[in-house]
Amino acid sequence: MLNRIAVVGDKDSVLAFKAIGLDVFNVSSETEAKDTIKNLAKDYKVIFITDKLAQTLEHMLVKYKSRPYPVIVPIPSAEGSNGFGMQGIKRDIEKAIGSDILFKEED
Amino acid sequence: MAVLNVNPTRMELRRLKARLKTAVRGHKLLKDKSDEMIRRFLIYIKENRSLRLEVEKELSLALKNFMLARAVSSDAVIEEAIAYPSVSAELETSTANVMSVNVPTFKASESTSKDLYPYSFASVTSELDFSISTLSSLLTKMLRLAEIEKTCNMLADEIEKNKRRVNALEYVMIPQLEDTIKFITMKLDENERSSTIRLMKVKSMIENRDGQETT
Repeated sequence: MLNRIAVVGDKDSVLAFKAIGLDVFNVSSETEAKDTIKNLAKDYKVIFITDKLAQTLEHMLVKYKSRPYPVIVPIPSAEGSNGFGMQGIKRDIEKAIGSDILFKEED
Repeated sequence: MAVLNVNPTRMELRRLKARLKTAVRGHKLLKDKSDEMIRRFLIYIKENRSLRLEVEKELSLALKNFMLARAVSSDAVIEEAIAYPSVSAELETSTANVMSVNVPTFKASESTSKDLYPYSFASVTSELDFSISTLSSLLTKMLRLAEIEKTCNMLADEIEKNKRRVNALEYVMIPQLEDTIKFITMKLDENERSSTIRLMKVKSMIENRDGQETT
């Protein structure tokens, strides 16, 4: 079964992905983003979302974390990365091991 | 000392001993599982981190180029240029099993079109070409990142759950069973001793009575 890939974010950040064949959904408000993701989660298996948006919708994205699909991945927006994706990795480590012993010295 | 609310009988003792054996065995197995999961998790999370650093860097660059392209040409031109992409990204999804956690795996299907750029080169600037070619080469990496990040999320979840189970067994279940078994053993011994004493007492009473009757 073939699945398409979705990209959600502000127009500046996501328009570029249209050229490489991803399905682009540009949203301008938080509530709009919420509804879009809720709908997309049913059909799409992979959803990329700008990290700025991911940060505001954090509490909502948590519930998709514990099942295999959909995979929702934060990516940097046009203004560059805000470190949300890295925070996610750090949180995973803390959850699994108890403290961030791996990358502390590098940050 | 936490003792379960049970009758101090031999049957109960036997049952509890069997439960304790299962609990100890289960604890060992779960602990081994936890160790192995953490080992795998560390491998994944390292890859996750380096991949994310890489993707974020390259993606920011590509998007910046795209912004530049948009600044140079008018909005309408850009939107027209990419309105009908010549390639389509599709993927096959399935789940793999990592330490009995179901994690996603993707297989990107190759796009058949030979031409990546859906527009004529005359209308737009080279920044757009550059950003689109980087983006399309980044796509495999982004998908790998998605796969790995989800795996890490789910593994971390599972490790946490497993840790709770191990702790519950180690600090609640096993001590409780051990205490209860000790309690029952002591109670049974006590009963035995008291019945021995009772017999001795009765015997001496009978002897006393018989002695009095003969005199």
